[in-house]
Order: sequence, then structure tokens, then C-alpha cells
Amino acid sequence: MPDFGFSIKTARTENLDKVSLEKYRELLRKVPSFKRCFQCGCCSATCSAQQYTNFNIRKVHTSFRRGEYNLLSEELKKCMLCGKCTLLCPRGVNLRSLIMNMRQLLEEPVK
Amino acid sequence: MKKVSIIGAGPAGIEAASVLAKHGISVMLFEKSSSPLNNIMDKAYLFPNFQSAMEIADDLSGRLLNDKITLVPDTEIVDVKWQGTDWKLFDAKGQTYVSDVVLIATGYQVFDAKRKEELGYGIYKGVITSLEMEKMIKYNQILNVSGDIPKRIAFLQCVGSRDEKSGNHYCSKVCCVTAVKQAIEIKKMIPTVDISIFYMDLRMWGQGFEEMYRKAQEEYGINFVRGRISEAAATFDSRVQLKSEDTLMGVPLKMTADLLVLMVGMEPSAGTRNIASRCEICGDYGFVKTISPHLYDSETGKPGLFAAGTCKRPNCIEDTVNDARSAAYAIMEYLNTL
Ligand SMILES: Cc1cc2nc3c(=O)[nH]c(=O)nc-3n(C[C@H](O)[C@H](O)[C@H](O)COP(=O)(O)OP(=O)(O)OC[C@H]3O[C@@H](n4cnc5c(N)ncnc54)[C@H](O)[C@@H]3O)c2cc1C
Ligand code: SF4
Ligand code: SF4
Ligand code: SF4
Repeated sequence: MPDFGFSIKTARTENLDKVSLEKYRELLRKVPSFKRCFQCGCCSATCSAQQYTNFNIRKVHTSFRRGEYNLLSEELKKCMLCGKCTLLCPRGVNLRSLIMNMRQLLEEPVK
Repeated sequence: MKKVSIIGAGPAGIEAASVLAKHGISVMLFEKSSSPLNNIMDKAYLFPNFQSAMEIADDLSGRLLNDKITLVPDTEIVDVKWQGTDWKLFDAKGQTYVSDVVLIATGYQVFDAKRKEELGYGIYKGVITSLEMEKMIKYNQILNVSGDIPKRIAFLQCVGSRDEKSGNHYCSKVCCVTAVKQAIEIKKMIPTVDISIFYMDLRMWGQGFEEMYRKAQEEYGINFVRGRISEAAATFDSRVQLKSEDTLMGVPLKMTADLLVLMVGMEPSAGTRNIASRCEICGDYGFVKTISPHLYDSETGKPGLFAAGTCKRPNCIEDTVNDARSAAYAIMEYLNTL
């Protein structure tokens, strides 16, 4: 499988003084179950897209959480919305809805 | 003469009975199995000091040798009813007993790992529970499915705990340290084996636990991988292939192990669930609810009805036994008011 060269998280440091978390807060309003994520990696381990690309859904949603939106919408195109991650998540995060909402929010201009 | 009935002869029930008897109070101690301490006898060595479980069981059993204590084995209490001035207990054979005080000490049972289908317990022989590993350690028979000495063993934390899908949001408290304890014991028996513990958080809360973790790294070379195993499958040679993410590296991880040990959590025993619901003192997840965890943790809010040990929440032996002593004193104070 060719590597299309997308790589998320381009910043060298996370500057939590500068980032805007507006989109992230909106995401939590839309998908409240995401608040419960405890970074276990079940979603990324089981992910169908992960088997064929370097897509990592946990890193994508964690980048979003940190206000790092760079290239995320390209990255999210790799997800096939198969829903395996949602089935396994031990904290009951609605990942499919999370992914749809991330895609949508990334289309909107940053406030 | 005032009478106290205790349901369950585990560490909690036995310790409470022993304290009450030493103070001259007559106790009936009901146990559904043919002998007491089953949840201790099935273990080899105990954290935090690797003391033999047999030794602890013998010491506790010795405390029952008091003529104020009547142990009633093979007797499952199925209902308990307040009759205005005292309690009536009903056993599974239809017999009844009357008592001024009832202490619930019905304990826990381990989570049924079959409920986590994706981990393959009950389907693949190489997937075992921590209790089965405890037995292997006890009888010094740590073997893979083909009957050979294992080359690699993986442990998975939080099976049936901290898990939305099994309905248990809580942490079972004893399994982190138990995995580290078992890993060390295995390494002592089979120095060549490679051991990885898959964890999300390592909860080394008790005295000596963190030191055990350090030792596991420094002296025994045990690997710690931060990630939850999402699925397990069998290989053609009956080993177990597991999938996880190494969340610290941010990459998917695959590994083949001879054995995958599932660290099953603690749930209320069937007896705990039943008595808690019949007495209307059912707390979260079916554990017994007390008035308050701070100052009234032996009292249930019903006259003369007390609770001790893991029927209330997951706990280790040390805290269970101390809790049982507190319950015994609360019972004596109550008896003085009658
Ligand atoms: C895998 C694992 C490893 C552990 N290792 C350790 C360790 O190394 N060190 C440590 O400190 N702790 C350890 N523990 C915890 C320890 O087992 C508990 O703290 C302890 O057993 C709790 O005692 P208890 O009396 O509250 O309950 P239990 O030991 O569960 O005893 C309850 C008793 O009540 C009886 N009973 C239940 N219902 C009824 C009924 N209706 N009528 C009559 N009798 C009934 C049961 O048969 C049982 O004998 C471990 C736990 C697990 C799961
Ligand atoms: S829904 Fe998307 S992120 Fe989830 S497992 Fe399927 S491909 Fe992966
Ligand atoms: S499986 Fe759920 S809890 Fe685990 S990292 Fe993914 S979203 Fe978070
Ligand atoms: S003690 Fe450790 S393994 Fe057990 S539920 Fe808590 S975090 Fe998980």
C-alpha cells in the first residue's frame, strides 16, 4: 500500500497556551461519550483501516482533543466507518459518531 | 443470651466471629460450601509479602476453635427477614434460625471471562484466567497447551473491570498487583520465559506494591506495555495471537504468546447480590451498601444488620480483616443498646 505522505501532528511542541479548543469543546457537546476516553488503544488496535494504512484513530481523536487539527481531515478519509472500534471501546465512546462529527467540524472555519 | 449470625466464612466472617467470641458473644457462622476460606485456598502466595495462602488460611481457621463459635457448613442462607425485634434467616434446605444481629460477609466471585468474547476465553485453550494461573503456580505446573514450558506469557489487566461493555465501571483494586506478583513467581520458576503485562494504568496503591513493580522491572525483566489487548485468536500451533496498540509508541502491536492470562475482576458473589437485594441494601453493581464509607461503613441502616469485607467492594485480605474487626465492634456497641 503506498504511503500518501500524510502525517498528522506537525508541531514540534504542544503549546497549550496558544491552541484553540473551540472545536474540541463543540465535539464534546455533540459526542459527550468522548469525554470518557482513557486512551487504552482498543479502537486503534482493532481498526480495519489501520491494517492497510498508517491510520491511527486514537492519535487522530487525541490530536483533536489537544487542538491540533492539521491534516486531520485528510487522515479521517481513511476511515471506512465500519464501526469495529465502537463495538470494542471499553469506555463506550460512540466512535462512529465521533468520526462523523470530527469530519464535519473540520470543514468549518476555526473560530 | 444475645445471638449473632454471620453469613459467609471467608476472612471477613471468620475474623468478625473470632473477635465477637473473644468477647463472650455466641456466633453462628454459616458457610454455603463444605469448608471455609475457598477464596483463599485457591491461591498460592499472597501479595504484598508472598506469604503462602495456606499459612494464612490455617491461621484464620485456628481462630474458629472457640466454643462460642458454631460453624455451620453446607448451609447457604437464601433470605433474611426482620421480624420487629429480631432477624430470621432461611437456608436453602428450608431450615430457619433466629438472631439479634446479622453480619453479611458473603464476599465476591471473579468475573466470568467468557463474557468478553473477543478475548477468546473458553474458546482458545491458551487463554486462561488469573485464578487458573494461580493454580499452575501453586502446583508448579506452568505449561502451555502442548504441555511444554512456555516461552512467552502475556497478561491483560482490567478484564471485566473498568469496562462499559460488562457493566462494571469500577476498578477491582487487587488485579494490578496480582499480575505483577504472578509474573515474578513465574520468572522465579522459569527464568527464561518472556513476560509482558498489558496495562492502562498500574495501580500500585498499597504498601510494598510500587517496590514490587520496581523489582519486576529491575530484577525480573518483566515488560510493561501500555495498551489494552483488543482481540485474541489461536494460531495453528495452539498459541495465542493478540492485538493491541502500543499507545506510548502510537503504533499497532501484534504478539504471539503461549499463554494469555486474563486478570479477571471482583464482582459481588451470588449470595451477596441476593441478600443485598432481599434486605433492600443493594448498592452499585449489586454490592452491599452501607450508611457511609467514612464513619458508618459497618452499618447498613437496618437495625442489627451489618456488613463486612468484599460484599461491599473489592478489597485485599488486610483491609477485609480490619474491616471485619470494625464490624465486630459496631455489633458489640449495638448489642449493648438492646
Ligand atoms: C485473583 C485474585 C487474587 C487475590 N490475591 C490476593 C492476595 O494475594 N492478597 C490479598 O490480600 N488479597 C487477595 N485477593 C483478595 C482476597 O481474595 C479477598 O480480599 C478476600 O477473600 C475477601 O474476603 P471476604 O471474607 O470478604 O470474602 P470471600 O473470601 O469471598 O468469602 C465469602 C464467603 O461467603 C460464602 N458465602 C457466600 N454467599 C453465601 C451464602 N448465601 N450463605 C452462606 N455462605 C455464603 C462464600 O462461600 C465464601 O466462603 C485476591 C483476589 C483475587 C480475585
Ligand atoms: S469505524 Fe473507522 S476508525 Fe473505527 S474501526 Fe472502522 S475504519 Fe477504523
Ligand atoms: S477504545 Fe475508547 S477509551 Fe480506548 S482509546 Fe479508543 S476511544 Fe478511547
Ligand atoms: S487493579 Fe489494575 S487491573 Fe484491576 S481493575 Fe484496577 S486498574 Fe485494572
